[in-house]
Amino acid sequence: MSRRIRITFAKTGPLRYIGHLDLHKLWERASRRAGVSLAYSQGFHPQPKIQLASALPLGFSSRCEVADLWVEDEPNPNLQNELQTALPSGIVIQNMLEVEERGPALQTQVVASEFEVTLLEEVDAEALTRRLSAVLEAATLPRERRGKTYDLRPLIESLAFSASPAPSLHMRLTAREGATGRPEEVLAELGIAIEDTRIERTELIFI
Amino acid sequence: MLIPTQIEQKLDRVLLKVSKPGRYVGGEVNVTVKDWDKTPMRVALAFPDVYDIGISNVGLQILYDQVNDRPDALAERAYAPWVDMEAVMREEGIPLYSLESFHPVRDFDILGFTLPYETLFTNALNMLDLAGIPVRTVERTMEHPLVIAGGHSTMNPEPMHAFIDAFVIGEGEEVIHDIIDAVKKIKMSLRTRREVGSEAISSLEDADCFATNRAARNDLLLALAQIPGVYVPSLYRVEYLDDGTIAEVSPLVAEAPKKVIKRLVAKLPPPPTKFIVPNIEAVHNRVSVEIMRGCTRGCRFCQAGMIVRPVRERPVAEVVAAAEAAVKATGAEELALLSLSSSDYTNILELVTAVGEKFSGQHLSVSLPSLRIESVSIDLMEKIKSRRTGGFTLAPEAASERMRRIINKFIPDEDIINTAREIYARGWVTLKLYFMIGHPSETLEDVQAIADLCKRVLHEGRKVAGNRIKLNVGVSTFIPKPQTPFQWVACDTPEKIRAKQVLLRQEMRDKNIKLTLTSIEDSLLEAWLTRGDRRMAEVIYSAWKSGAKFDAWNDQHHFDAWYAAFNEHGLDPDFYTYRQRRTDEIFPWDHISAAVRKEFLFQDFRQSLEGQIRIDCRQHCFACGILPTFTSVRRENPGDHWKCPEVKSPARKPVEALPVL
Ligand code: SF4
Repeated sequence: MSRRIRITFAKTGPLRYIGHLDLHKLWERASRRAGVSLAYSQGFHPQPKIQLASALPLGFSSRCEVADLWVEDEPNPNLQNELQTALPSGIVIQNMLEVEERGPALQTQVVASEFEVTLLEEVDAEALTRRLSAVLEAATLPRERRGKTYDLRPLIESLAFSASPAPSLHMRLTAREGATGRPEEVLAELGIAIEDTRIERTELIFI
Repeated sequence: MLIPTQIEQKLDRVLLKVSKPGRYVGGEVNVTVKDWDKTPMRVALAFPDVYDIGISNVGLQILYDQVNDRPDALAERAYAPWVDMEAVMREEGIPLYSLESFHPVRDFDILGFTLPYETLFTNALNMLDLAGIPVRTVERTMEHPLVIAGGHSTMNPEPMHAFIDAFVIGEGEEVIHDIIDAVKKIKMSLRTRREVGSEAISSLEDADCFATNRAARNDLLLALAQIPGVYVPSLYRVEYLDDGTIAEVSPLVAEAPKKVIKRLVAKLPPPPTKFIVPNIEAVHNRVSVEIMRGCTRGCRFCQAGMIVRPVRERPVAEVVAAAEAAVKATGAEELALLSLSSSDYTNILELVTAVGEKFSGQHLSVSLPSLRIESVSIDLMEKIKSRRTGGFTLAPEAASERMRRIINKFIPDEDIINTAREIYARGWVTLKLYFMIGHPSETLEDVQAIADLCKRVLHEGRKVAGNRIKLNVGVSTFIPKPQTPFQWVACDTPEKIRAKQVLLRQEMRDKNIKLTLTSIEDSLLEAWLTRGDRRMAEVIYSAWKSGAKFDAWNDQHHFDAWYAAFNEHGLDPDFYTYRQRRTDEIFPWDHISAAVRKEFLFQDFRQSLEGQIRIDCRQHCFACGILPTFTSVRRENPGDHWKCPEVKSPARKPVEALPVL
């Protein structure tokens, strides 16, 4: 029977520019480099059993990504070190623990994400606060994305501005299947260009 | 020029505007990042196509390791930015930079292009321009990197002569060190001279400095020309006859050899194992071990078979150890055992058995390309593959007896049918067959034979494995390559190619057959570039100026630009493609030698006209030119890792020691 290892990791630097599928591959290869035997699915095209909690948009860094790896090996107290050495420098393991092997899929456990948006261009704090309130007070925020209209407002759980140490926005957006708030949509609503920001996911909220 | 941190800052602000930004940030496992300031010689290795293609190039990886293994040198990489990124870079003033340290490519001492195929030429020009390096070699000074290039396409370097300072002819593992040494010597002497004369700066001294610079660059080019296997085109003059063919190519200085003979490594050095692992999807997600270099079959259309002689093998133990080290270092899910003809590797059964055992149960897929058409090949595949995925590939190339004799690849129909039937019977669903059309003496009957053969294969396959089987047929277009017996042959005209392709399409309408054809324009472009002379350089330049790039990509066609460029320079494209060469013609590439004699190639060409087969030269040496050229190399490297006969005669004594009669 395989064991299910839950890894919380930071994704920074050049690794911000790799997507969800590439991240899957990255864990697969890092495991092989580290000598970790992953469990594989059955069938004609066996795939390594890896789950990632929630896709992170390209360009965002994160301190709190979560991956589940199913491994065939005996418990190994050195596993974190061995895996870390095999990872590219932009992936840093924060912690690791064994979880219930047959528990529900990781993706179904996430309910919300928190983001910190650093504003790189000078901002008029007062004007921004006014726009923030307008967004929060709106009953609905109809927006269009990829040809579909949807309401952004219910996806925003919280939104705040802080002027120091660096001007930044803090937001908590829902992240359920079919109801995922995207920080760049909130920024667009606030009239802030994404190129003028640096976005980091700071927390994943689980059920 | 920007410094690395400025480049990184700028990138941070723009990368989300482009597709696949992971191409432009480096940060891969197994890269080597050395201390820039403490390393005197800096080499930028460039592959002029996008990252996802270039990252899989083994040649570049070999050079990367060779250079980085030297304590006095570092190697970093650059690839061609895709069109969206190029636009952003030009707009933002970001120069071409290296992925390891984000230094502008212009700040390196040497910029080396890997040019395996000709359709990369315009991209090389574009990368020079993006780097802020003058595109033309005459405009460069010691302030610019030395621009070198190697790879199979440089077996005819002339079309690129105006843009590359020095070409590497042949294998690069050793010669790269000679080049670095030569550049280092000149640069060191320049630096000391500069330190000595740096008390005061006046305009007079600037002029002086300029003169020193010029002299140093001249010295460097002369020094490079004396390295075996290095071709410095600016040291040669080409004269033409009235009909546009070449009258004479002559060296301008004593230092430049009349003929530049390719370099080869006597014994294959250990293969690379610390492959750089891309963080994004690449065309080949695999590591590879080259099991053997060269091929003795002598197929007349195959440039690699002619220019990569002699055959040299790596021992089984070395291959297995390298495969294991590469998988461990990269975590790759796929391993390829590379050669031009796997079945000819002496201990192939021993090798696949060892590899199969070593990696069984490790979820690693192993591939073994270029297998002979015989049932033994199926046994080999079964040994290394636990599952029958990915299809089975065979390359009969021709389907009529006449064409098979002309191209010197003679595989009887029955062998093909029997092997195919066996492949389907043993559980493979997909069979891929590769053919070639477009030899000028090929008729529609010869092409019909391809369709007939494919239909028979499918029919036989259905008998043993039912209706689920698939047959993928790839039909490429023949291009008469330099340094092959077909260098005298013309290309088939587009009308004839079109008629042949139409026939194939009509004849192979079957839902289980998937037919892939090469576009006629792509073949034309490759033919111009591979057969071009020095005058082609201006055509390349103009085509690039009017937007031609990524010529290897089907969706990036710029044929109008190419035709306009020919027009602008008063050249007829047909001169390069549809002309049967005179038997005494001097080719633009005749002063570049793959050590295979022109007389040998010509004799082989004559034999092809008579439909004569030449057997594998392992069984009988035809004295192609390799042994006479590398007699002493072979004498010093006896043993059967070379597939040419051994040289038994003692080394000839120096002439002055001979008794005077
Ligand atoms: S020298 Fe002889 S054996 Fe060697 S490659 Fe040439 S023909 Fe073949």
